[in-house]
Amino acid sequence: MAVRELICISCPLGCPLRVETDGAGKVTAVTGNTCKRGEAYGRKEVTAPTRTVTSTVLVAGGQSPVVSVRTKGDVPKDSIFAVMAVIRETEVPAPVALGDVLAENIAGTGVDLIATCTVGKREE
Amino acid sequence: MSIERDIVIIGGGPAGLAAAIAAREAGVEDILILEREKELGGILNQCIHNGFGLHTFKEELTGPEYAARYVERVRELAIPYRLSTTVVDLRREGDSTIVTSVSKADGLTEIQAKAVILAMGCRERPRGALNIPGTRPAGIFSAGTAQRLVNLEGWMPGRRVVILGSGDIGLIMARRMTLEGAKVLCVAELMPYSGGLKRNIVQCLDDYGIPLRLSHTVVDIQGKERVEGVTIAKVGEDLKPIPGTEEQFDCDTLLLSVGLLPENELSKQAGVELSPVTGGPKVSETLETGVPGVFACGNVLHVHDLVDYVSEEAAAAGRNAARLVLEGAPAAGKPIPLIPSGAVRYTVPSTLDPARMEGDVIIRFRVGRNLRKAAVTVSAGGRELLRRKRPVMAPGEMEQIALKKEWLTGGETEITLDAREEGEET
Repeated sequence: MAVRELICISCPLGCPLRVETDGAGKVTAVTGNTCKRGEAYGRKEVTAPTRTVTSTVLVAGGQSPVVSVRTKGDVPKDSIFAVMAVIRETEVPAPVALGDVLAENIAGTGVDLIATCTVGKREE
Repeated sequence: MSIERDIVIIGGGPAGLAAAIAAREAGVEDILILEREKELGGILNQCIHNGFGLHTFKEELTGPEYAARYVERVRELAIPYRLSTTVVDLRREGDSTIVTSVSKADGLTEIQAKAVILAMGCRERPRGALNIPGTRPAGIFSAGTAQRLVNLEGWMPGRRVVILGSGDIGLIMARRMTLEGAKVLCVAELMPYSGGLKRNIVQCLDDYGIPLRLSHTVVDIQGKERVEGVTIAKVGEDLKPIPGTEEQFDCDTLLLSVGLLPENELSKQAGVELSPVTGGPKVSETLETGVPGVFACGNVLHVHDLVDYVSEEAAAAGRNAARLVLEGAPAAGKPIPLIPSGAVRYTVPSTLDPARMEGDVIIRFRVGRNLRKAAVTVSAGGRELLRRKRPVMAPGEMEQIALKKEWLTGGETEITLDAREEGEET
């Protein structure tokens, strides 16, 4: 049996959660929560935590040197640095429009990387 | 050049955009937004992280995406705006307000406005306001400056980082610098609690194993040309460093995230009275300042933690300014002062005039300490108008309540807004 202590972020209450798992990694108990959302958060954080990754990608010939990006959906938490490695090597030509897919299935997560702002072409 | 406009909005960030949209939707055609940057959107453009708009759009957007929704609406409504335009003077003349702006494209312009909406936002408290000892090398940045360098200009300010202050921008930058390959050694916070949102502490520090040292401050900065190290120490209850608790970090960068200050230089020029607590204008229930026809909203009024509430507040300011332009000043009764009590530090607005109230008025406020099992009460003349339970309240999270017109008789001499823990003495 293993125990993880977490702070719930589902609301401003910030309940201190205690999540117990058995030898196989299966959640056996969540305590300390004051609502159902807390239990769900505790289970997910311990079994399959996910995050949205936001960053910037280089733009060639753009009105600004970088374009802000995010993963279109959540990716597994342990793939964050693999996603960042791809982001750092990506460079796209201007123009870029908000919502454009800049990398498909990034780092094998099944999630696309999209632009979160628009960067026009630099006028020569 | 001299022109006239019904409503001039100073600032094209989230507050200015929402105010402009609301004023146009309320029927005012003649609006002008003045923005000093090259683009609309304000600080949202550099806030590339997600978590914006949960309240307004029921989805998690990044800052630029949230801004884009308002910019798009401004374009749909064909609301005029001027970019790269700085307002240099604001003054009252007769029944109108004169806004003087300057830009490369239009030169000096004097705009006579029936109503002005202040939406200039806030700025970061700089190092000079902190009295940190040590040398003055390169490598010390406010967290927002670092955010701009990384997210808009594509530069990394450093590789080994200590952050002083656990405000939200500092927490966000701890994660951002880590993702870009820097090592964030610790975040030191003077107070025994963080001023940042809990989700940011969990997702920006805990996720990356970055230590948060509460009740710690920077006592020395080493390095002559560039930062070479930073010493932090524990502070006592008097917030003074305790000798013998020093800890040294080898680093090349120190980020400061030590609070935001509403940017009110223009407001002061116009004679707007400011609150010593918020640093923003004192406003009535219509969000009008003490100077007739001058309204305020967003971070220039008081620093917010969620942009959704900035948009809501700014929309109210826009509607109220539109009402002034279209219907003239409403018949005023007697403004009743709102008095903060218990743990409540301030309220926005700071006065209420029941004669002018239309339906509910939202009162926004902050507490000065952490409370558990708290009650928020509003009372006037010994009468309790409202009581709300709050399981927890924190200085970093803005609170709000709605006050109904029918609860007030107009005869009140003052209204008290109180927050305290259960069983705490009055």
